[in-house]
Amino acid sequence: MSAESLVAQLKTGLDAPICLTWELTYACNLQCVHCLSSSGQRDDRELSTAEAKRVLDQLRELQVFYINIGGGEPMVRRDFFELVEYSVASGIGVKFSTNGAFIDEEKARRLAAMEYLDIQISLDGVDAVTNDAVRGIGSYDMARRAMDNLAAADFGPFKISVVATRQNVPQLDQFKALADSYGAQLRITRLRPSGRGVDSWDDLHPTNAQQREIYDWLMANGENVLTGDSFFHLNALGPALPGLNMCGAGRVVCLIDPIGDVYACPFVIHDEFRAGNVRDPGGFAKVWKQSDLFTSLREPQSAGACASCGAFDACQGGCMAAKFFTGLPLDGPDPECVIGHGEAQLAQLAAQPVAVSLKPRPAMDHTKPPRQPALT
Amino acid sequence: MSTDLIAHPLLAAALELHPQVALRPEPFGALAYHYGNRRLVFLKHPDMVAVAKALGAHDTFADALAACQIAPARWPSFSKAFASLQESDVVRARIVQEGVG
Amino acid sequence: MENEAVEAVAVAVDLAVAVDLEIEEELLVEEISIDGMCGVY
Repeated sequence: MSAESLVAQLKTGLDAPICLTWELTYACNLQCVHCLSSSGQRDDRELSTAEAKRVLDQLRELQVFYINIGGGEPMVRRDFFELVEYSVASGIGVKFSTNGAFIDEEKARRLAAMEYLDIQISLDGVDAVTNDAVRGIGSYDMARRAMDNLAAADFGPFKISVVATRQNVPQLDQFKALADSYGAQLRITRLRPSGRGVDSWDDLHPTNAQQREIYDWLMANGENVLTGDSFFHLNALGPALPGLNMCGAGRVVCLIDPIGDVYACPFVIHDEFRAGNVRDPGGFAKVWKQSDLFTSLREPQSAGACASCGAFDACQGGCMAAKFFTGLPLDGPDPECVIGHGEAQLAQLAAQPVAVSLKPRPAMDHTKPPRQPALT
Repeated sequence: MSTDLIAHPLLAAALELHPQVALRPEPFGALAYHYGNRRLVFLKHPDMVAVAKALGAHDTFADALAACQIAPARWPSFSKAFASLQESDVVRARIVQEGVG
Repeated sequence: MENEAVEAVAVAVDLAVAVDLEIEEELLVEEISIDGMCGVY
């Protein structure tokens, strides 16, 4: 069996995800401009502690090995530690993604004492100027303090996760140095125009030249750098980057959101990609195995407009989320197609009269309303 | 055939699945996940799964291969595969205890 | 004829080697990083 046929098998779906993302809450202490889940305010339909544990029970039965917990800010949930401990005790390894605000010295020690737990601290700039422009004033210091606390508590290697933006691509070497200084693992991932990212995309997404830089840098330095396989659309530039090099949505991964909705992946929180809810009869297992959406994603996907392009085998037509939220058809080029087909299509779209209103909006918006100015 | 003349060193070894490894059956074979080092390996053939499960019950890797009726022509590729599993700690040398009864 | 016999053996050996190679190339394991799947945080 060759490597290609393994990927072909995975594209037809598995009886259980290999890993998945679980957003525990839409509540967040930050308001990052590119937040893929448009988080800020808690949704009062959130899964209860008991409901969350039932989900974990199902994941255990399905033999899901590892879950990625996120949000919003997952540590905001009062039952955060209870759920993480329950997961680990059930044989499900946990990585949680956090802005670090709540990792004080005491929490750092508590986390360091736990097994099968990985931590990923989000950071989008190597200095406060670059980082805070995206993540808010004070967020850089918050993240660095969390890292220092984890180091002091001897947590061991944690991950620093960076979303590549126009502003931080020049900082890749420095990000690596920062991670090395902590003995941490660097993770560079692709920005998708999802959640609040749909509005900040035009200003934040890397330029064509920068995409080349990212690819070259990963090829030269990426041996110990994670990417979440999020740059497979760049594989048309040369030899493939490490990873499965395929869209995993609905096939090997999915998202469970704070209110129990199951989406193909965290970057497509929209009705078009909603497979069901864990509160439905049969729970998560039934949604994963039998939902119409996932069944259709597991069928061979049409290359469509990309069929005649020699690069399609390498790039797979890119990312569904990137296409969907920029208004491009799914059976065509990615907006960041390295050959330029996406740009050409976007230009055509923009030339059409009501182009803006045709772009899908995220399913929900939990962004906190702006604070009223203080009356004096 | 020349390949038969040079036996892979692993064939004489007593092996076992690492206790922190979970095997999840799949249509193509199995997923093996090592909880300790987070490594994820695809065993790409059902015969690989059978041999992996048989390791602990046989004195040597060669015995496990024979018990699972793996054709000798495939032993070189199975040896290479299990050597790579050993490299990722999914499989390890088993301490053979003498005189335990 | 001797030449034909030698040639037949040579062809047989080639075939055997080709079959061996095919079996030896059998890729039975593939490692992927748990982070090597697109669509997760």
